[in-house]
Amino acid sequence: MVSFQPSEDQQLIRDTVAAFAQEQVRPLAHEADEKGEVPSAIIQQGWELGIVQSAIPEAYGGAGDTRSVITGALIAEELAWADLSIALHLLAPRLVVFPVLEMGTPEQKERVLKIYAGAEFRAGSAAVMEPRFDFDLAALTATAKRENGTYVLNGAKCYVPLGDQAEQLLVYARTENRDGYDAVSGFLVEKGTPGLTLVEREKNMGLKALETDELVLENCRVPAANRLGGDAGCDFAKLMNYSRIALASMAVGVARAAFEYARDYAKDRKAFGVAIGQKQAIAFMLAEMALEIDATRLLTWEAAWKLDRGEEATRESYLAKNYAANMVMKVTDNAVQVLGGHGYIREHPVEMWARNGRGFAIFEGMAIV
Amino acid sequence: MIDFELQPEIVNAKNMIHVLAEQAMRPISREYDEREHEKPWDFLNMMWSASQSSNPVTFGEGKAKKEAAPSFRNLQSAVTIEELSWGDAGLYLSIPNPGLGGAAVSAAGTAEQKQRFLARFREGEPKWGAMAITEPGCGSDSAAITTTAVRDGDSWVINGTKIFVTSGLMAAEKSDGFVVVWATVDKSAGRGGIKAFVVERGTPGMTVTNVEHKMGIRASDTATIVFEDCRIPANNLLGSAEVKTTTEGFKGVMATFDATRPAVAASAIGIGRAAVDFVREALDKAGIKIRYGISPKKLTTLERDFMDMEANLQAARLLTWRASWMMDQGMHNNLEASMSKAKAGLAVTQVTQKAVELLGPLGYSRKLLLEKWMRDAKINDIFEGTQQINLMIIARRILGYSSKELN
Repeated sequence: MVSFQPSEDQQLIRDTVAAFAQEQVRPLAHEADEKGEVPSAIIQQGWELGIVQSAIPEAYGGAGDTRSVITGALIAEELAWADLSIALHLLAPRLVVFPVLEMGTPEQKERVLKIYAGAEFRAGSAAVMEPRFDFDLAALTATAKRENGTYVLNGAKCYVPLGDQAEQLLVYARTENRDGYDAVSGFLVEKGTPGLTLVEREKNMGLKALETDELVLENCRVPAANRLGGDAGCDFAKLMNYSRIALASMAVGVARAAFEYARDYAKDRKAFGVAIGQKQAIAFMLAEMALEIDATRLLTWEAAWKLDRGEEATRESYLAKNYAANMVMKVTDNAVQVLGGHGYIREHPVEMWARNGRGFAIFEGMAIV
Repeated sequence: MIDFELQPEIVNAKNMIHVLAEQAMRPISREYDEREHEKPWDFLNMMWSASQSSNPVTFGEGKAKKEAAPSFRNLQSAVTIEELSWGDAGLYLSIPNPGLGGAAVSAAGTAEQKQRFLARFREGEPKWGAMAITEPGCGSDSAAITTTAVRDGDSWVINGTKIFVTSGLMAAEKSDGFVVVWATVDKSAGRGGIKAFVVERGTPGMTVTNVEHKMGIRASDTATIVFEDCRIPANNLLGSAEVKTTTEGFKGVMATFDATRPAVAASAIGIGRAAVDFVREALDKAGIKIRYGISPKKLTTLERDFMDMEANLQAARLLTWRASWMMDQGMHNNLEASMSKAKAGLAVTQVTQKAVELLGPLGYSRKLLLEKWMRDAKINDIFEGTQQINLMIIARRILGYSSKELN
């Protein structure tokens, strides 16, 4: 039965996260961006909301709540609305927890989930992207070769959130010598494993507060038991669909932030004797921003809904994510434009949102629902 | 709970109408595009008989009653209108029903008026209702209308000229229908003086003087109607006769659009889907695969164009479903109705333009229906409020401005 209303539980979670985002996270965003650092206190506060560990079954020390892609989408939007860097930092442990939760072997669950079920934030992450201009999720180049009960990993990875501090890092690499999602498996690599080296913390156009790392794997050897899902492997395509929903939702959050700021500015700023929002050139821009944000959210929800039902949703997730990437760029750029010269000044947050928004067309696998 | 699965009842209706669209509309689609102003009577009679035995396919009929069980009437309308328009939007618009005039009666009429004007759609010969707002000198600015209604004893006397009246000829002259006319009872009162009046078919003083030749939707008649000392009973006024200093009365009439805009959006989406379906089949036949999931940088222009068409169409559809669902829930949907209409009108105009381009020399040829769909699609970017008027409404709502503050 068609409905556009989140369930009561979802609404409660959404409201809780939104209040945290507005009251605790947003006030920190500017300084975090300027300093290039996420304050650790906010990470611990966010952790206490349970956005990572609540989905971990009670047997492993979590709350055992049902994981829902739609709920994940709602959370991701609210957090990204407050600040994209802090949101990605807070959600990073999900990158290892959720794949293990859904696709891991019992032994992997036992080993990994317990780490992330506690009362304190523990860093975790996944390494998906690779530093090549023609990077393609459907054609990863990092390799994993089986050798005497181990896998030997080789390749370069980039845009790994918290890559250097992650206690458990899920590295995606091809196990077969061909392109395609189904040639890829995930490998649990513990911090400090020989052969896993930090190249550098990246300096990007946006996401300045978030630690993203370029890593290199040189004959990095992990036990065969560290292959996600064991010998059966994992469903990498599905995991990337989850990731697309997370990123699309975050794009909606960033766009909504920029839209709201520009809307309020347009009501306040006077030109030619009236508020600039009373001029069609500005008003129509804002109207299009508002409707495209809603349209993107609905596309994302629909893809999320399909995933929650266990249906194949590559087409829907892919279209929603690409649509969101274009939308957020246009909306954040328009927000800068509404503020004019002031939009270009770092005292206003819209230029940061525009820098962050530009990334969504590039980001893959950096968050998951 | 967020859910995108249509109710089984809606799915059944959709499936039935799809068969109809495929078998009864598509085969005569080209013919009644070329034979402009001629009516496909077999089809119209069939639709009329069907409407006698089931819920008629109508434009949105207004808000669900709060006390009633949750309804999905408007959502079902959106889905069925999409299906009919997938068949042929011009034919869909020419189906005998109360139309926009009926929507106005439903939204603003008394119980007695609803009975008097709408009961006839349950019996006898095919009938049409129509709505006359636009004048030669005003379209989007409907507050500027100059048609007058003057009280004279137990009558109202109407004078003025209305244009672009959908199904105007059928409603005013060719069936036992009616036309809902917007007129001012007091020009000095501005919007507050604008009222809607029902003029019965064949009322002396009401004359159809022209039927337009159009770019598309040629199976649907678009009429010019002149009112010359046209006298109607006093109780044909919809709503209150009181001239309000506030714009309440005008807003009441404008509220009709909250129901009709998602309906127009749904029709647009049906045309757009026809084009997308056609292109998808053509690509399939040519052995061209659309590669969802690869790096967007590696997509061909054709793949990218096709994906844009799909995504924009679906975005418009979901906005439309949301606006319809809200109405079913008894929620105020003025903002969302305008969002759906603004998005669908533009998206489908672009989707059909792109479809013609992608099929190249075939797309531009009248041998296929693509070029027709492109012509048909454009009206949805214009009627029931142009894209720009809808953006204006969205802007006013998000900024909290009145029509005086933002215009």
